[in-house]
This record gives sequence, structure tokens and C-alpha cells, in this order.
Amino acid sequence: MSDWVDVGALADVPVRGARVVKTSAGCVAVFRAEDDRAFAVEDRCPHKAGPLSQGIVHDRLVTCPLHNWVIDLADGKAQGADEGAVRTVPVRIEAGRILLHLASLPAQRAA
Amino acid sequence: MNDIGGTVARDNPSPQGDGVAVSPGRQRLVVIGNGMAPGRALERLFERSPDIYDVTIFNAEPRVNYDRIMLSPLLSGEKTFEEIVIHGDGWYERHGVTLHKGCKVVRIDRAARLVVGSDGRTAFYDKLIIATGSLPIVIPVPGHALAGVMTYRDVDDVHAMLLMARGRGKAVVIGGGLLGLEAAAGLTEQGMEVTVLHLMPTLMERQLDAAAGHLLRRAVEARGIRVITEANTKAILGDDKVRAVQLGDGTEIAAELVVMAVGIRPNAGLAKDAGLTVNRGIVVGADMRTSDPDIFALGECAEAHGQVFGLVAPLYEMASVVGAQLAGDAEARFNPTATATKLKVTGIDLYSAGDFADGKDREEIVLRDAAHGIYKRLVLQDNRIIGAVMYGDTSSGAWFFDLMKRGTDISDMRETLIFGPNYAGGGPADPTAAVAALADDAEICGCNGVCKGKITGAIAAQGLKTLDAVRAHTKASASCGSCTGLVEQLLRIQLGDAYNPAAMQPMCGCTDLGHDDVRRLIVAKQLKSIPELMQTLEWKSSGGCARCRPALNYYLLATWPGDYIDDSQSRFINERVHANIQKDGTYSVVPRMWGGLTSARELRAIADVVERFNIPTVKVTGGQRIDMLGVKKEDLPAVWADLNAAGMVSGHAYGKALRTVKTCVGSEWCRFGTQDSTGLGVKVEKFMWGSWTPAKVKMAVSGCPRNCAEATCKDVGVICVDSGYDIHFAGAAGLDIKGTEVLGHVATEDEAIAVIVALVQLYREQGRYLERIYKWAKRVGVETIRKQVMDDLERRRALYDRFVFAQTFAQHDPWAERARGKDAHEFAPLSDLTRLEAAE
Repeated sequence: MSDWVDVGALADVPVRGARVVKTSAGCVAVFRAEDDRAFAVEDRCPHKAGPLSQGIVHDRLVTCPLHNWVIDLADGKAQGADEGAVRTVPVRIEAGRILLHLASLPAQRAA
Repeated sequence: MNDIGGTVARDNPSPQGDGVAVSPGRQRLVVIGNGMAPGRALERLFERSPDIYDVTIFNAEPRVNYDRIMLSPLLSGEKTFEEIVIHGDGWYERHGVTLHKGCKVVRIDRAARLVVGSDGRTAFYDKLIIATGSLPIVIPVPGHALAGVMTYRDVDDVHAMLLMARGRGKAVVIGGGLLGLEAAAGLTEQGMEVTVLHLMPTLMERQLDAAAGHLLRRAVEARGIRVITEANTKAILGDDKVRAVQLGDGTEIAAELVVMAVGIRPNAGLAKDAGLTVNRGIVVGADMRTSDPDIFALGECAEAHGQVFGLVAPLYEMASVVGAQLAGDAEARFNPTATATKLKVTGIDLYSAGDFADGKDREEIVLRDAAHGIYKRLVLQDNRIIGAVMYGDTSSGAWFFDLMKRGTDISDMRETLIFGPNYAGGGPADPTAAVAALADDAEICGCNGVCKGKITGAIAAQGLKTLDAVRAHTKASASCGSCTGLVEQLLRIQLGDAYNPAAMQPMCGCTDLGHDDVRRLIVAKQLKSIPELMQTLEWKSSGGCARCRPALNYYLLATWPGDYIDDSQSRFINERVHANIQKDGTYSVVPRMWGGLTSARELRAIADVVERFNIPTVKVTGGQRIDMLGVKKEDLPAVWADLNAAGMVSGHAYGKALRTVKTCVGSEWCRFGTQDSTGLGVKVEKFMWGSWTPAKVKMAVSGCPRNCAEATCKDVGVICVDSGYDIHFAGAAGLDIKGTEVLGHVATEDEAIAVIVALVQLYREQGRYLERIYKWAKRVGVETIRKQVMDDLERRRALYDRFVFAQTFAQHDPWAERARGKDAHEFAPLSDLTRLEAAE
């Protein structure tokens, strides 16, 4: 199996929205920005593990639905006065398909 | 009418002219015209020198002097002729004035110093005042002379119109200016079906810009008046009387009455025939004398400083000068100043003053509150007001007008000028003293644990100037917002005058515009989508943020019901998936229980759902319904399908929307109950569910003042009493504890519903996103709200209608839609690799 995993079509992710990919290492949130750039981060806010995939997406940022932390999707870092970061997952778009480099996620657990 | 024609006062023939007795030593003053201007001139004269002249007035109208400004209230039936009389018969007698009613002057013989009336009556003069007023302009289209075509100028016109209006037929008013709109409103008031034709693209274009003209048009149309702009009247059709008006494009509009209100021109023919200098009007100098120094002209027929005048203020100023000149004050001069006018249509407040023309060196301050129907525009030149237009709220008109007349330099109050005198100057007691006295380690923001020292330190070190900046750097006031006031005071203490609390807070870092500005601009610029709005209003971020996007989505939705397409990506997750997110990412589900009522069938369905989906917690909420907590997101559509099957719909417990209407059992069961509080609660909830609001709206109805439903801490509460319903609002029992304000008392259930609906609609239109009703009420004032919802029945009705219209698009159960498959992507993962891996 290649390091890049096809997790679905970009078209299946709403613009300025996100979908969840369930993996054995936990959920990954796949984002589609206004300009069709794709991002993928662990679906756990560094603050209180809120599901970032459920947040409001603006530019390349997402606001966590639980306590409004704002996370930069490109580097996973919390913005403003908050400190912390979420793991990012390398993502590629090929022929409209979203490919994730899941091997970057540590601690693969057996399913 | 109790005085038709004829002469009054002394009637003894004399060689000096008919019907005038000359007292020894007195001069003869003859006045042609008996309108407001000459009436005022005589008052001024009599105040100074009651005994110099014997006065004779010729009035073409068969009556005494009346307030022509009040013709519209006369037409609408709000006033009677007696109420608009300025000088009754007694006044003429007291001052020894001879009044020839119904006698039009046909000739002035300057050589003989004599005027000749239409019935042959004559009068010699030493001094003469010409005040022949103006003539309405009649457009010379074919058919303009047909019976049923009239102008709107005097009491006779009004009587003729009233006679026509009895048939309650159709009328066309040509001219969408001040007079035309007043005529249209009056005729509508009399039961006619009225169409206004206006040549220009917007109404009253000389006083209002296009957007304000649009507001006015909406208000006019809301009265049932049809408005056609850019309407070029081609012909008036009919055989002997009017049948229809034909427009340039061939359209025919049926009408039994056609009123031409397209403008006036000075009535200067008599003066011209007498050889006086006449331009547009009768030319007078600053002393109000015509080219013949013994003859004055004033009023709408006069042209002074190259201008003619149609508004009452300058005409009265002219009158003062004439009065003074006649009394011997040769220095009196007329210098036209700014003028003000108001549209006299009940319920439409419009005020304009001064000069509004665009100019290179002119600036404008404009305030628009479209939801409220308010528009204010000030035209400035060299830091002085030279023009003011107000629509909707004209309360500051007099103040602006005063500043304009005095030529006051407004630089110092420019920031708040548009808000009126209440915001300009006047210092309240210093509220910051207590906060200044706090120790540095005093906690200001409880949510984020921020103490005073941290805030003041950040303000100083980072040079923070706004509340938003403080929020961004310290997180103080960034969560629940209840410490906002304290943080603002700290800013004020630190920055002194550099902190300007009147400066509006921007919605968020993406814009410099405040919530109210954005709402106004949405209407003014007809913005109908978030991208369009961000583009037009020059949003500073590419896609907004989590603060502005939900607000914009709400504002657009509330402004353009049925038109705007809800942007679910701009909604908070709860509203996107119609359930409440919990700390572990699961959701809670609360079905509606109307007024807190449930049934065996519903309870059974809930029990089945709980078991079927292994829902870990079931709890009764504070709003009298049942909450199922810990539902997995992917189970939501199936849970809803089951609940729907038992007749339950979304309770919107997750939304900025109508939540619950809590009730007690009321007169149906309770021995103290005065009214059917449960029934009313159910009716209100069924009427209003599904509507989106700036923040959540919780209601309650108690069946008696014992108030078991705790209605007096709700956003809207009703306390039933024997005589009806006390309606309360603006309570809070959350971050703040606040008892409700009493909005008013109504006698019937229908009225109670109408008031509640209107109140909520007003809140929907004015509330800032996430601003609860009590905060909104505090901001705009309980009294202001009461006026619009309780006192102004027409406004109540309009609000009610707008709510009902919006509901036609809102009352669809979001659960049922999603149970049927809508937004399926929200509830399923994009892919599940765990299954894949397991298979491998």
C-alpha cells in the first residue's frame, strides 16, 4: 500500500467545510477552503479535543466549535493568545481525489 | 364650511372705494390675497403700529385665512376646516379689517392707486400688498380639462376631492413630490384606491437620494398606494369625465379622479399687467418692495434675491419685513435663510431643510437603519450644516435646523452629530472611578481568568485601542462578554479621550463596520449573498471569520426572506446539523413539546428511540421538554426519522431561534388560572417556531400572577390576569439576572399574539447577532420598543405581516428534511479507513 491513501473526492467536501476520515489512529478532518485548497489535520482541538471538522472554516483557518480556538490549518497552530498546535496530515489532490499521507500520523493502533 | 362668500365688516360705501370707511389720518392699505404670508404681515404690522392703516383685503377664496400647510390633514380627515383657520372672522373685526371674500382682483390701476375686483368692487390704496400666491401647474396633456381632473392647492380642491372620494373609486395622483404624496395618502385615507405616477425614478428626488426614496416608496406602498415611477403621462382619457390615465408606454390606469400635483408657479399675472417688473415671480428688493415702492409683494408670488419660495418659513420672514416696512422701519430686510419642510402624512416622518445639492466642496454624513426605516443625511460645507434630510426619525430635525441657521461649526461633535442632540455634549457622572480603584490582580474576565493588570498592561504595552484588540490579545471579554463593560472602562481609563466609546465597535477584525452599519448596507446596497457583501463592503479577510459569517448569514436571511439562500457553512455546527454539540463531539436531541405538553405516544416514541440508539442520558430541560444526550452524529437522521414518525419536530434547542414557550396549566386545570395559558403558549409556539432570531428566544405564559411558568425572567413572557394579558419582555436568567419589563396590557389572546409577534419581528430586524432581547432593549430603549409595538398599531401590523411572510420560508422541520436525506454529507464520514484496515 502506497503512503498516500485515497480518502474520497474533493467534490464530496463542502467548500468552506470539512469531512471526517476515520483511521485507526483517530479521526482526521479534511478541509476544503474557499479556493479549493485542501488541508488535513487531526480532528482534535489542542485545547479540549473538540472536533475541528465541525468548526466554521474561513480562509485557511478553522474555529473550533467548542471554545472558539482558531487553528491555522496549514501549520496546525492555534492563533491569537491561545497556545498549542494540532498535528497536520500531508494532503494532495490528484484528479479530483484527496490523498492523505497517513503514515505521518504517529501511533498506529491495530484496528 | 360656515362662511361662504359675501362681505363682512363695515359696508358703508365711500368715495375711497367700495366698502371702506377711512379714518382720519390713516393711510389706506389694500392687500390682494389672504393666504398665510399676508396674514402674518398684517399681524406683524398690527403688533408694531395698529393704527396707521385702514386695511382692506381681497380674497379670491370665499373664506378667512387658513393654514394651507394643513390641507393634507384636512383631506385625510384628521382635521376640520375650523381647526386650520388662522384668522377667524373675529380677528378681522377686531383689527378693523375689511375682508372681501370670494372677490378676485382683476386689475391694478397704479395711476389711480386703485384695485378693481371681479365683481366690480374697488378700493383705493396708499400702500398695496400683492400676495397672489401661486398657481398649480397643469400638464397640458390631452384630456387635462376633463371633469374629474383637478389640482391640489386650496380648500376648494380638497372639498372637490372629498366629494369624489365618497364613491371610494380609483384615483391617480400625478406627481410624487411632497404635495402629490400627501394628496395620495389623504385620498387613500378616504377609501380610494390610489396610484401615484411620478416622472422621475424615485419619489421626492429633490429632497431624497435614491435609497431614501426607496424607503419612502416602501412606506407609501405599505399604505396600499400603488407607485409607478418613470411614468410619463401621455393622455387623460374619457368622454366628458375622466375614465383612465394613459402612460407613454400605452398602459392605462383606470381613474375617476386625477389629481395633478406636479408643481407650482408664481401667480404674477396681475402684477405683470400692472406694469411691475416680473421675472419668474414679482421682483422685489430686500425691502420687499416691487418696482413701484408703494407696492409690496410677498409669498409664493414674489421673487427675491433671484429666488421664488414655496415653504412657509421664508414666507413668514418676508411677512415680517413687510410688516416692519409698513410700520415705518425702512431698515427691515429680507435675507433668505435655510428652509425646512415636513411631509404631512401620518406615520411617515420626513423632514428636509436647506440645500442638498451635490457640490465639490460639500461632504455628507449619512445614517441608514433600513430595518427601522430610518435615513438621515446631513450635507456639510466648511464644517457647517447646509442641508439635512431625515426620514423615519425626524426628532433631531429642529436641532439640525438650528445648527444650520446659526451656521454653527460642528467640527467638535462631528463624530456623533448624526445621532442628534442627545449624543452631543453633556457629561454624565464618571462611571469609571470604581473600576480605576480596582487592584491589578482583580479578576475582570471570569471565563478566561484575566485580571485587571493583564488588561491594562496589554493596553499600554501593545498600544491597544479597541475592545476587539483587547479581546485578541488577552482573551478578556472574548467568551461570554459579560465583562465587556469593565474592559471598556479600563480602555477609557488608560486611553482617556483617545478611547472613543461612541465610535462603533466593528463587527469583528474582518471589517471596520459595526453590526448596525452592515445591516443598513445590506438593505441600502441590496446585498444578497455573503460573497457579494464581503466584496461590496470591502471585507478585510478573504472569507470572513467565525464571528462575522454566522452574523451575516442571519442578517441576510432576516432581511431577504425567501430570497436569500441560507449558507450552511456559515452556520455554527449546531445550526448546521440541527442538534447540540456536546463536549465529547456527540449531540443532544430535543424535540418540540408544544407549550410543554406531551402525550403517551410521544413519550413512547422517545423511549423507543433512547433504547434503539443506546442514548446514554435522558433529561428534562428547564424549558419543559425532554433532552436526549450523547447521540452519535451519524445516528441523528435515523433518530429524527423515528421522532418524526410520532409527530414530533425539531425543538430548535440548538439554534438562535425560538426555543420554548413554557406554560403553566392555567384556567384549564388550575383553580387560580385566569386564562388558558397553556393554550396561548401552544398557539404562540406553533405560530412562531422555526423563525431565526439574533439570539435564542425563550418565552413563557403564566395563567395568573403567581407566575408558575416563571414568565418574568424570559425574553418574552405573558402573565394572564382577569382582564386579559400582561405582556412582558427583556428578562434574563442566565449570565445576567433581570426581571422583565412590562410591554403593555392587551385584552384578547389574538392581540397578545399580535404584540408578541411584532415584538419578536422588531427584534429580528434590529437585534445584533447574539444580542439577547434584554440587551437589545437596553440599547434601543424600552420606551422606543413599546411605542412601535404597543402604541403604533400600523407599525405593529407591518411587523406582524413581515414576520408572517418570513415564516412561510422558515416553518419547515429541519429534522424531517434531513431524515429524508438532505445534507447527508454532514452525518457520514468521508471514508472509514478503520473498516478497510480491518478487512485487510
